[in-house]
Amino acid sequence: MTERHILKDHNQERRLFLSRLFIGAGIAVVLVFTLIARMVYLQVSEHAYYYTTKSDSYRIHTLPIAPNRGRIYDRNGILLAENKPSYFLTVIKENAKDLNASLGLLADLIRLSPEEVDKLRVRLKRRAVPFSPVQVRQNLSEVDIANIAVNQFRLPGFAIEAQLARHYPQGELMAHALGYIGSMSEEELKTVDPVNYEGTDGIGKMGVEKFYENTLHGTVGYEQVEKNASGRIMQILSRTDPVAGKDIVLYLDSKLQKAASEALADFRGGVVVLDPQNGGVMAMVSKPSFDPNLFIGGISRADYAKLNNNKEDTPLFNRALGKYSPGSTIKPFLGLGALDTGIRTREYAISDPGHFQLDGSSHVYHDWTWWHNRSGHDVVSLEKAIYVSCDTYFYDLATDMDIDVMHDFLSRFGFGRNASLDIPQASTGVLPSRKWKKEAMGQPWYEGETVNSAIGQGYTEVTPMQLATAAMLMANHGKWHQPAMIKRIGLDGEDINHPSTYPDIKLNNEDDWNFLVNAMTEVVHKNTGGAFNTGTAYKAIIANNKMPIAYTMAGKSGTAQVAELTADHKNGDAVDEDDKDNALFIAFAPASDPKIAVAVYVEHGAGGSGVAGPIARQILDAYLVGADGQLKPEFRPKSPPAPALISSTDP
Amino acid sequence: MLTPETRKYTGSVGAGLERKLSWPQRLHVDIPLLCALVVLLIFGLMVLYSATNQSVPEMRRQLYFTGVAFVMMFGIAQFDVRWLRNWAPWMFLGGVLLLVAVLVFGEVTNGARRWLNFPGLPRFQPSEVMKILVPLTVASYLSRKMMPPSFWHLCISLVIIGVPVILIAKQPDLGTALLITVAGVFVLLLAGIRWKWVMIVLMVALMAAPALWVFYMDDYQKNRIHTFVDPEREPLGAGWNIIQSKTAIGSGGVNGKGWLKGVQSRLDFLPEGHTDFIVAVLAEEFGLVGILFLLSLYVVIIGRALYIAGVAQDLFSRLLAGSLALTFFVYVFVNIGMVSGLLPVVGVPLPLVSLGGTSIISLMAGFGILMSIHTHRTVRIGY
Repeated sequence: MTERHILKDHNQERRLFLSRLFIGAGIAVVLVFTLIARMVYLQVSEHAYYYTTKSDSYRIHTLPIAPNRGRIYDRNGILLAENKPSYFLTVIKENAKDLNASLGLLADLIRLSPEEVDKLRVRLKRRAVPFSPVQVRQNLSEVDIANIAVNQFRLPGFAIEAQLARHYPQGELMAHALGYIGSMSEEELKTVDPVNYEGTDGIGKMGVEKFYENTLHGTVGYEQVEKNASGRIMQILSRTDPVAGKDIVLYLDSKLQKAASEALADFRGGVVVLDPQNGGVMAMVSKPSFDPNLFIGGISRADYAKLNNNKEDTPLFNRALGKYSPGSTIKPFLGLGALDTGIRTREYAISDPGHFQLDGSSHVYHDWTWWHNRSGHDVVSLEKAIYVSCDTYFYDLATDMDIDVMHDFLSRFGFGRNASLDIPQASTGVLPSRKWKKEAMGQPWYEGETVNSAIGQGYTEVTPMQLATAAMLMANHGKWHQPAMIKRIGLDGEDINHPSTYPDIKLNNEDDWNFLVNAMTEVVHKNTGGAFNTGTAYKAIIANNKMPIAYTMAGKSGTAQVAELTADHKNGDAVDEDDKDNALFIAFAPASDPKIAVAVYVEHGAGGSGVAGPIARQILDAYLVGADGQLKPEFRPKSPPAPALISSTDP
Repeated sequence: MLTPETRKYTGSVGAGLERKLSWPQRLHVDIPLLCALVVLLIFGLMVLYSATNQSVPEMRRQLYFTGVAFVMMFGIAQFDVRWLRNWAPWMFLGGVLLLVAVLVFGEVTNGARRWLNFPGLPRFQPSEVMKILVPLTVASYLSRKMMPPSFWHLCISLVIIGVPVILIAKQPDLGTALLITVAGVFVLLLAGIRWKWVMIVLMVALMAAPALWVFYMDDYQKNRIHTFVDPEREPLGAGWNIIQSKTAIGSGGVNGKGWLKGVQSRLDFLPEGHTDFIVAVLAEEFGLVGILFLLSLYVVIIGRALYIAGVAQDLFSRLLAGSLALTFFVYVFVNIGMVSGLLPVVGVPLPLVSLGGTSIISLMAGFGILMSIHTHRTVRIGY
C-alpha cells in the first residue's frame, strides 16, 4: 500500500474511485427498491385500508354530541339544577378571511375585550385539527346574537352555535349544597374517559355535582357528517343519540334551606339539618354564599377575584363542612360517655366554686359564670351540668375520664371522621387523643389539655355536619344513619337505602339516652327563674320568643372562644367583631319522636344560647310548625303522647 | 487556463477535434441529463399546481425560479471545472465569511437566522451555496494529494467540512448542516478513505448519539423522533403530518385519483403538501404509477450523473461529480422516505419538485457543474 503513495498512480486512483462509486450506486439501487417496496405496501397492500377508512374519515367527520346532564331535584321535586339553552360564538380560522378586521368589528358589536381576544388567540394556537371551530364568547345575550346576525356577512368564518348550559335556578341559596360545574381543567381531563367527555366541557367541581358526576353526565353520542373543504357540514350520514345523564333527587328541602338561610340572616356561619329517620341532609347552608351560575362556562377573572379576595367572608368556603371548636355542644356526648363508662353516676354531684384546678398545678380553669358572678353553680349533678352548661363539672369529669377514653367514646358519634356517604369534601375535624397528638405534633399529651377538651376547646374541632350527626344520634338513641345528599336516582326511582357502615351505639344502660335527651330538653325548656339555674337557652329560645313553642325541643348551646379575652371583656366591654366567640347550637325535635336534627354555627356570633339558639328554633319551627302555630299533622304522635319528659318545666 | 475559446486559437493537441464538436458540446449541455431534468421539472410543476390548490401566483414564482435556475445551470456549465478547482479555496473562504455574516447580520425567520439580505442583492441563504462549495473544496483539496488520503489529509478535509457545518448548525439549521456533512463525506468515501476509519467514526457516532439526545437535541427534535416511532401517539399534534401523508399515499392506490382530484390536498388536510410533503400529493393523484415514473426520472438523472463521474478525466471532477450525484440521491431518498413514514420527519424538500426557489437554484447549479465536467474534456470518449 505504501508504495502507491510514492508516485501518483492515476489508474490505481481511478480504480479505487470506481469501486467506491459502484458501492455507492449499489446502495442507491437497494434504497430505491426499498422506496418502491414501501410505496407498493402503502398503495397496493394497504390501499383498501387507507382508501375506505382513513381517507374518507377526513371528509366524513365524526362529531361528538354531548349528553344532556342529569337534573337535580329537591325532595319535593323542585328543580335545583337544570339545563338551559345558551348561545356561543365560534370561529373557524381557515374560513375567516381577515380575522383581525372581524375581531375589530366584534369589539364594537359585542364589546369583545382585548382580554377575550388574547384568550381566543391562545385557543387558536393550541388547536391542532384544521377547520375545527374555536369558541370566541359564551353566553351571548339576545342583543349580541342580533348584532352578530345582522353583520354576519362581514364576519366570514364566525358562527353562532347553541348548546345546553347548566343553570341553578336557586342561585346562591343552594351553592354550597349542590356545588357547581365549571370548565374542565387539564388534571380533570386526565381523570375522565376522554371518549365519553368529547364534546363536554363542563365537569362537576364541587358538592353533589362533583360526587355524582358519573351519574349526571350520561354517555356521549355521535353524528357522522360529511364536510366540504371549508368545513361546512353538507349532510348528516348517521347518528347515535347520546344517553342523557340520570336525574338525581336529593334529601334537600328547598323551603327548609331557605328558612335556614333566612334564620342565619346576615351572620357568617353554617347550618346542617338532618332527617333522623334516614340521615338525609335536608338543609346545608353556608353564608356568605355565591352564585354558582357564575362558574358555568368559565368564571371571569374579576368575578373569581371578588370571591377569593374577601378574606373575612370567604364565600367559596363551605362553613357547614368546616371545622370549628365545638365549645359546650360536646358536653351531652361527654356526659353520656361518663355514664356509660361508669366514671359518673346520675346522682354524683359536685359543689361548684366556679373554677377548677388540677392537682399540683397553679393554673385556674374558670367556669363561664365566673365572669358574671363568682358564685359558681352551687351543687351540680350531670343533669344540671348539661342544662346550665357547668364547665367546672366537666373539667372534673374529663380529668377522671382521661382523653383516650373520651376519644374512643366520642368517635362512636362520628367525631374526628367524615361519616357522610357522599360529601367527601367535608372536613374530618380533630378528635384529639394521645396517639393523635404524638402523630400530629410529636408531643406527649398534657393533663391540662384534657381539661380544655372537656368544654370543647383546645385541639377538638368538629364540623356543623358532625354536630348535626351527633345530635341525630342522640335523637335516635344511637341508631346510625350516615349523612347523605342523595335520596334517589330518577324522579320516579326508589329511595336508596344505604345501610350504615358505622355500628349503632349501644349503651350499657339504654335508659341513659332518655336521661341525656331529658337534660338537653331542659337546656331549652327548664325555667327556675334563677339566673344560673335555668336552662341556658330558655331565655333566648322560649322567653324572648313571642310565639309559644309547639313542641319539645332538645338542644345544647356552645360558645367557643376564638381569642383570649380579658376579664373586662368577659364583663361586657365591647369586643372586636373578629374576636367575638363563635356561637353554636345543636338541637332536635320533637324530643320524644325526633323528626329533625340541626346544628347551627355562627361565626363570631358571641353567644351559643343567645344567638345560635333562636336560629335553631327558627329552623325547627319552619319545618315542624304549620301556619296555625301548631305542630304539623304529619309530625303529631299517632299514639297518645308519651309521659312528659320534662318534669321540672315551669310553664 | 484552457477554455474552449483559448484552445481554438492556440491550436492545442485537441485542436483538430474541436471543429467536429456537436452543438450540445459547444453549448456545454448534456442532452440526456437536460431531458430528464426538463421532464422532471414539468411533472413537478403539474403536481405543485395541484398541491397549491391551483394557485397561479405560486406557479408564477416557481416558474421564475426555474428559469433563473436554468440560466444558472447553463452559465456554470460554461466554466471549465478546472477553473472552479483552482478558485475553490477562495470561494470557500468567501462562503464561510458569508456564513459568519449570517450569524451577525442575518434575518431571523421562524426562530432561525438563515437569510442574508444585503441591500441591492436578492435575499439568499449562504448555506445553500455551501451545499456545493463544501464538496467542491474537499474535492479540490484531495485531488492534489495521493489517493487514498492519508490520515492527515483526512483530518484537514474534516476541518473543511466541519467549519461551515458548525456555523450552519448554529443558525440553527440542522437539516442543511447534516446534508452538507453528507456531501463532504461522500467526497472522502469516493476518494477511498480506509473502511477502518469509516468504522471508527461510525462507532463514535453511535456512542455519541445518546449523549446528543440528552444534552443537545431540542424538544421539537426529540418529538420528531418520538412521532416517527409512533405517529398515533399524537394523532392531532406532531403525528398529524405523517398520518395524513400516509393516508394520502395509501388512498392513491395504483392508478391514483387523477390530477387535481386528490382529496387530502384539496381539503387542506395535508399541511406542507406543496413543500416537504409534495410526494404525498403526487402519490394520491398519480398513484403508484406516478411514483414509479418519478423514481425512474430520478434514477435516470442520478445514473447519468454517476456515469459522468465515472468517465470524468481527472480526480477532482470525479470526486465532485460523484459526490453531487450521491448527495442528490440522498435528498430524494430522505424526502420520500420521510413522507412515506420510513424515516423521521426532517425538513428536506423533494429536489426540483417542492416549492422553493433557493433549493432549485442550488441543485441546478450542481447540474451545471456536472455538465461542465462532461463537456470540457481534453480527450473525447464516446458516450
